[in-house]
Amino acid sequence: MATFIALVLSAVLTNNFITVQTLGICPFLGVSKKTSSALGMGVAVTVVMTLAAAVTWPIYEYVMVPLNFAFLEIIVFIFIIASLVQMLEMVIRKISPSLYKAMGVYLPLITTNCAVLGVCELVIDKSAMVGLLGGAALNFGWAVLYSLFAGLGFTLIMVIMSGMREKLNNTKVAKYLNGFPISMVTAAFICMAFMVFTYIG
Amino acid sequence: MMNKYKKITLDGIIFNNPTFILVLGTCPTLGLISSALSALEMGLAVIVVLTLSNMIISALRKLIPNEVRIPCYIVVIATLVTLIRMVLDKLLPSVYEALGGFLALIVVNCIILGRAEAFANKHTVAESAVDGLANGAGFTIALTVMGVICEFLGKGSLFGLKIMEFSIGLFGTPAGSFIVFGLSICAFTAIIDKFLRAKRVKANRLARENLLGAAQGSVPAEKEVKA
Repeated sequence: MATFIALVLSAVLTNNFITVQTLGICPFLGVSKKTSSALGMGVAVTVVMTLAAAVTWPIYEYVMVPLNFAFLEIIVFIFIIASLVQMLEMVIRKISPSLYKAMGVYLPLITTNCAVLGVCELVIDKSAMVGLLGGAALNFGWAVLYSLFAGLGFTLIMVIMSGMREKLNNTKVAKYLNGFPISMVTAAFICMAFMVFTYIG
Repeated sequence: MMNKYKKITLDGIIFNNPTFILVLGTCPTLGLISSALSALEMGLAVIVVLTLSNMIISALRKLIPNEVRIPCYIVVIATLVTLIRMVLDKLLPSVYEALGGFLALIVVNCIILGRAEAFANKHTVAESAVDGLANGAGFTIALTVMGVICEFLGKGSLFGLKIMEFSIGLFGTPAGSFIVFGLSICAFTAIIDKFLRAKRVKANRLARENLLGAAQGSVPAEKEVKA
């Protein structure tokens, strides 16, 4: 139970993917203009992150390490993620066309989202995981749970950011500050707010 | 002939700078600019991967079928990243440590896939190599400049050398990186805009003088156009 609480706090607040590890910034800046699309992107990324970690962790641990080709991890992982996204797209289109319509545009973008590859690389890194959660958390279940909550932390920041940007649309911004620069300064304030949580540890 | 390469170089470094104008590859930028040295090292790693991937993809552009080109590009890039990771791990372990997870994430850096899709699959090997070098240099210069600013404000040092006894802790965190990145984009676009406007005004003035000169039938106006 203590490990579970540590995992949730670490993945969502103290080691948030956007505000602390700066992963997945492209969708964070690109798809955060409206709350509905930010939420859609966040959910899609969470699903893909969890599935990708659930597939890559056993393959790395039980196939690549025993057969001594762990050095090919990047090539194998990126292929697994790309095919996973493609498959997910087909399954969603078959099962629920309305969900496909809502999520469809975001899915192909996720292949090149560094948060997904980042979480796969993180959960196979033993020393990093021990540092985050302690020695008890080195198995498949914790790896998948960590990815799930990291995805939820990502979604949380996406929603906060989109709310602030919706407000920002109604204000007049200096000419050269408009667009990316003002979004980044806004993001800096969110990061500062989340820095408070680093004192939990 | 030379003019073409000059244009590719200037576009990559200044007018289409991947970091400041196109805002691509933001994750390693924000993650590494709190230290000038790691920012520079990341830039150099990207130059190597980008130049080689551009050359390989350009050389194979007639062989790769159009429908499966993105997976093919990703294989090329992932192989190069795996190679450079192994080389750094063996030869420069300190660089390997400093870049950490971001070294593997060069695979999903949009600059590299973007140049493959937008440039390398339509141009010759030599042009693609120049384009890779120029875009990589644009990325490296941007990262190093921001790294210097962030490190100086955050730690009072430059490339690890202590210069002044002061530090603003904020600039060592992602929040400070976001602020420096945002304001750098703002400054860069403002300067480029001013420069282009000055150039346009000058061209207009020359054209007008040329017209006036032609109307009066005087010779000096033509000289100015040549200059």
